[in-house]
Parts: sequence; C-alpha cells; structure tokens
Amino acid sequence: MSQLTVSELNKIREEIKVSIDHPGIIRLMICGGTGCHATGSIKVKDALYEEIKKRNLSDKVKIVETGCNGFCALGPLLVVQPGGIFYIKLKAEDIPELIEQQIINNTPVDRLLFKDPASKKRVAVQDDIAFFAHQMPRALRNKGRINPEEIDEYIARDGYIAIVKVLKEMEPTDIVEQMMTSGLRGRGGAGFPTGMKWDFARQSDGEKKYVLCNADEGDPGAFMDRSILEADPHCVLEGMTIAAKAINADKGYIYCRTEYQLAIKRLGIAIKQAKEYGLLGKNILNTGFDFDVEIYQGAGAFVCGEETALMRSIEGKRGMPRPRPPFPAHKGLWEKPSILNNVETFSNVPQIMIKGGEWYASVGTEKSKGTKVFALSGDVNNIGLVEIPMGTTLRSLVFDIGGGIAKKRKFKAVQLGGPSGGCVPEHLLDTPVGYEEIAKIGAIMGSGGAIVMDDRTCMVDMARFFMDFIQDESCGKCTPCREGTLRMLQILEKICEGKGEQKDIKNLEELSHIIHQSALCGLGQTAANPVLSALKYFRDEFDAHVNEKICPAKRCSALLKFEIDPDLCKKCGLCFKSCPADAITWKKKEVAVIDKGKCIKCMSCFDKCKFGSIF
Amino acid sequence: MTCFTKPHHEDIDHNMWQEIDIVIENNKNTPGAVITVLRECQAIVNYLPKELIDYIADGMNLPKSEVFGVASFYSLFSLKPKGRHTIKVCTGTACYVKGIREVINRIDGEYHLKEGGTTDDRRFSLEGVRCLGACGLAPVMVVGEDTHGEIAAENVIKSLENYK
Repeated sequence: MSQLTVSELNKIREEIKVSIDHPGIIRLMICGGTGCHATGSIKVKDALYEEIKKRNLSDKVKIVETGCNGFCALGPLLVVQPGGIFYIKLKAEDIPELIEQQIINNTPVDRLLFKDPASKKRVAVQDDIAFFAHQMPRALRNKGRINPEEIDEYIARDGYIAIVKVLKEMEPTDIVEQMMTSGLRGRGGAGFPTGMKWDFARQSDGEKKYVLCNADEGDPGAFMDRSILEADPHCVLEGMTIAAKAINADKGYIYCRTEYQLAIKRLGIAIKQAKEYGLLGKNILNTGFDFDVEIYQGAGAFVCGEETALMRSIEGKRGMPRPRPPFPAHKGLWEKPSILNNVETFSNVPQIMIKGGEWYASVGTEKSKGTKVFALSGDVNNIGLVEIPMGTTLRSLVFDIGGGIAKKRKFKAVQLGGPSGGCVPEHLLDTPVGYEEIAKIGAIMGSGGAIVMDDRTCMVDMARFFMDFIQDESCGKCTPCREGTLRMLQILEKICEGKGEQKDIKNLEELSHIIHQSALCGLGQTAANPVLSALKYFRDEFDAHVNEKICPAKRCSALLKFEIDPDLCKKCGLCFKSCPADAITWKKKEVAVIDKGKCIKCMSCFDKCKFGSIF
Repeated sequence: MTCFTKPHHEDIDHNMWQEIDIVIENNKNTPGAVITVLRECQAIVNYLPKELIDYIADGMNLPKSEVFGVASFYSLFSLKPKGRHTIKVCTGTACYVKGIREVINRIDGEYHLKEGGTTDDRRFSLEGVRCLGACGLAPVMVVGEDTHGEIAAENVIKSLENYK
C-alpha cells in the first residue's frame, strides 16, 4: 500500500476499532517488554498459542503481544480484555488452567492474580490495583493496549489523527502556539519549554534543518524512554513529524542506546510501516510535506545524552560537548539548525495537537504542566513505570503507587535525577513533583529515574557510587570535570575506607562549588549534586564515617568488624549457608562464629541476617 | 569492492575480511557512519584489533587517528579480544542498591575475572555496564543475549555454568 488518503486512514481506524471492540472476541494482552521477555513471556506466549489452538478457540480469542506494561517486577504479565483482569508471574505450565478458568468458565484464577502487599488480598482488575489507580496515562496512553508492531492498532487508538490535523489545517506558528499553551517542558530533565525551543528553530534561517530525538537514556535507574519506544513507537514518530512541520525540517534522527535492541527493532518496524502508509517519507498524505527518520545507534557513552555531544556523535565523532552559544536551534547537527527533544516529550505531542494545549495544561502545578513518567525502582514494593500528574507528592509516588518499602524496612531516601540529581529524605516527601519544587530541595526532576532506598543504604557509599559513575563517564574535555570529579571520588573512597578526616568534608563542598561553576557542560555542572544533597540531608552519616569510623547502615565493608553479636543472633544458620568462603562455623542451637582469617568481606552474611546481629 | 591490502591477523579469517569489506562498502559514502562501521565490524570479529581499525580508516577515507579516537572513546568498542560469552553486569543505581557488587565479587572469586577482563581460556569476558534499563528485575546480568534478573551471589555461578 502506498500514500494513504485521509479518508482511507479513517476507514482503517473504523475497521480496526470495530474488530478490537467486537463483543465476542477476548484479547489476551501478553506483555512483550524487555523485563517480561527476560522473565519468560515468550514461552508463555507460545503456550497460549498452543492452548488456544488445542481448544479451537482461535476465532474467539486473540493473543496480542504488547510493549512494556509498566509493572515490570511482576512479569510475565497478562491482561485479559475486555475486563482488564490482570495476571502476574505467569509460567507456561499455568496456561491450560488459565484458559480453562478464565476463558471457558469466565472466572479468574485466584492464585495468579496480584496480591496487595498491604491488605494481602487478591485484586483481579488492573485499574483497581493501587499501582495503576493513581496514575494518569498520557505519554503512556497506549502501553499494554496495542501491539507495537502493528501500525493499524496505533491508528485505531487515534494514531496519526494529529498528523492529518497538523499537515492539513495548521501553520508552523499554530503548532508552536499550541505547544507554548500546553506548557510542556523538556522531559529529559532540564525542563526547557518545548514550544520555545521549537520557535527558535522555526525562526532560524536555513534550507536544511533537523529534528533529533534523544533516546540515549543513560541515567542509571531510568527506563521510561525504553518502555515508550517498546510499547508505542509510532507516537514518537508522529511527535517528531509534527516538530518537523513546526520548524520546517525534512530529516530526523533517533539517537538510541545500542543496549535497547528491542526498542530499536520495534522502531525500525514502525518506520517501515509508516513509510508504507505514506505517513513518513516523501509527500506525506499528499500534502507536499517530506519527512524521513533514521535510527542512529549510540555506542555507550553517557555524555552523549548532552545535546551538543549527541550531535557530534551522529556526525561520527567522539561525543564531546562544546560550549553554547551557538545553540543547536541556530547551529546544531552538521552546523544546521536542529532541535533535540527526548522520547517522552515527543510522545506527548500528538495528544496536545488533537486535544489542544489548554487540555494538556489543565493538570499540573503553576510552572510544571501535564504529567511526568517515572521509573520507580529500588527498595520499593511495586517496581515499574508510572505516569503521574505534576503536583503529585513524592510521598504518594513512593507509598501509594510504590506500595511502600519492601520487606518491612524503613524508608531512607528517594534518589531523583540520577547522577545529576539528589536524594530526598523522609521529611521532604510531601514536596510536589515539579521542576522548580524539586530543584528547591537539592535534587532535580531529571528524566524520571526514582530509586527508593531503605535504611540499609549508606548515603556516603551512594555519593561515592555516583561520583564513580561520573568520573568514568566524564569525557575528559574540560579540566574541572575530568580532574575535579576524580579528586572528589578519591576523597569519598577515603571516607568509605575509614580514613577520612573532617577537612575532607570541607574539601568536598569546596570542590563541588568550583566544578559547578566552571565545568563545560551539564554533566560536569551537576556532577556534584548527589554529594551535596547527601551532605545536606545525611551529614550525620559522613560524620560517623569520619569521626567514629563506623558505617551506620553497615554497607562500607572496611568499617565493619565481621563479628556476630551473641545477644542478637537467633542461631538460625542463614549466614553459615550463605558464606561462599566457608568462614562461618555454626551448629544447630549455637551462635555462629566468623573466622576472620577466611572471611573475604563479601557481605553475603550481612544480606542474609534478618536480625542485624553481624557488625 | 574495497581493495586495500588486507593485513594478516590471526583472529580475522578470509570470510570475515569479505564481510568487513561489505560493511565498509555500504557505509563509506554516508557521513558520520564510522560508528556504525566499527560496531558492525566488531560484531564480525568480536573485537577491534588495531590492524582492523587502520583498515577501516583507509576504507572510509578517514585519518587513522580519528577512527582510533572514536573506537577508544565509546565503551561499546573493545580493542582487546573478548571471551566466547560476554557477561554484562549492570552497575546502575537500582542494581547497585540490590547488591550487584556482591555478585561481581563472587564471579571474580570463581573465575578470577575482573571488570573489563577476559578469562585466560577466553570463555568469559566481564563488563560492567551502566543501567540496562531493566531495573524492575534488579540486580541484572546479561550473558550473550540472555537476560538474567534477580541474580544473587549465591546463584550466579550456577547460572554461568550453563555457558561453556
């Protein structure tokens, strides 16, 4: 098929909608995201096909492999539509029973349903689960709802309506105006108003302009963009095409991490299908507008998430940032005017065009509009991808949606913004989600990684971890970042090893400010944030390491004695069983003893002991 | 076809050179394609020997220094031979919080294999990678194409023993 007309597009939409909403057809939405693939969803899918065939149900039951559902820790996941019955942790062996009960007898299989960690009750329907109930899917509106490898399913969910509207009815200034009204700000983390960025590039002179999509999701603990690309690649393409129309570009690149192979595969399929329908490429929908998109695979450099470095990388060079100005809106890729937005930003655009900027701005805070996607992980009960309205408190994110801290431990901090961000302690959890609000408490909104830490996490060790990351990923171009972060890392290592002095803490603070003021790019300027926020809220832990040579969270192995407190030991023998070095002797009903000569300080026994008896 | 003299190299056989030529031929006129060429050539040879980098530079008509600069900048590229199985351990925040360090120590204890290293018998290479984006399964290890979620120091060796 080539060059669809608008009426043909509408016809496809109506036809597919009818078949999806057909009352007699049950759709089994099996999650095919990276997380569920890893836990075995492909085997479950094969078992589904086999069972459906065996029972001759092919006419009644459709199996749809979706992108990431979002509730990654409980995979493989399956949602039965209509009805939204939500199954977790499926195995191929469960399938015959599931089909028998769910499809034939129309009763959910109780043991395979989600169990609420608080009430201990099984919850059958997806939307009744707290993890989903507090969310507001906009960027993620199609997650788990469509087969990302079928363009028709995207079209049926109002896909490519925005393209028609934009190309047929709107001028570039109209597009920019709607974007400004929406208040959408860069979801990569910096929060620059998207409409303003597009307007700069629109006004730039130049025959050749580029639209770039940043899918180089490098922050550790962030998987929002991967999930969007895996679940709904067409909405990103549509968003990019709208941006292209706004600035008059005819070429786009999606710069994607090479680690995201499934996302790259699905994007490739989406581009091919969109081209076949004439929704991408030359003369889109016979409007005379051309736009082509290419995927560019990164090669593993965190700094390439920085816009000028990313452009250098697409040019085939070492991905090193350069000073701005000139800004990319004037001189970007190959010295041509370019805009760069991240995946989540683009995925919001089609809905803004359909429903209008005011609709988008109807939720949120004064300066931060709309919704934000977070990747919630770490020591929290419900791990996965969530989308919440701006203004939701961090407490609601961690406790209502996240279901609180796992294993009945205590909340210590939530880390936002990755290596450029900071830790938020308990007493600030009522801070609403918003760019300014989060910056005020020493973290940043960032791209959406939210890693929850319980009381076993040592904040000095976390500061060291992030500095190690930054030091490793510093491109080496400017001295403050290259040398300054190394010096900070050395000081933090010294403190973790119990060799720290008070003056080290002072030096850390001083270096932080110097690097912030003098580094070339965002990576360096924000590199000290994790250390500064740890010092601000967890100063007592630094002092304990330095003055008393103890690690209160018992994570820094150099500061541990590896002895067992006989008063706390319950003589259970778990430490004995976990020791890889045979350094622990234990007999039933006797206190275990660690042989320090054999101990390799691997921490296995620490992790196993439930009573905190090892110190 | 690219017809520069092919240097002799023990890890690159005749078929590999032919595949390398095809990669270069397909990309040599595309601006910025050198990263793609390096990636695809590494997929053929398993790593990027210096002789191969020079050959690519000639084929792409780029200065050798520039191609070497790119190859040494990006962590995807390895200038040293890699093992038959590459173990990628995720050292992202979520995996770190959930104990990847203990897993890495256990691998080292069993195979004498440090991050960035390869065992003497070229069975395993160990790479620490920054966030695989599968934080829901933390801690995560990828061996070849297989993702192993929720690994622990106690069971990591058992999983790895399946890779000979």
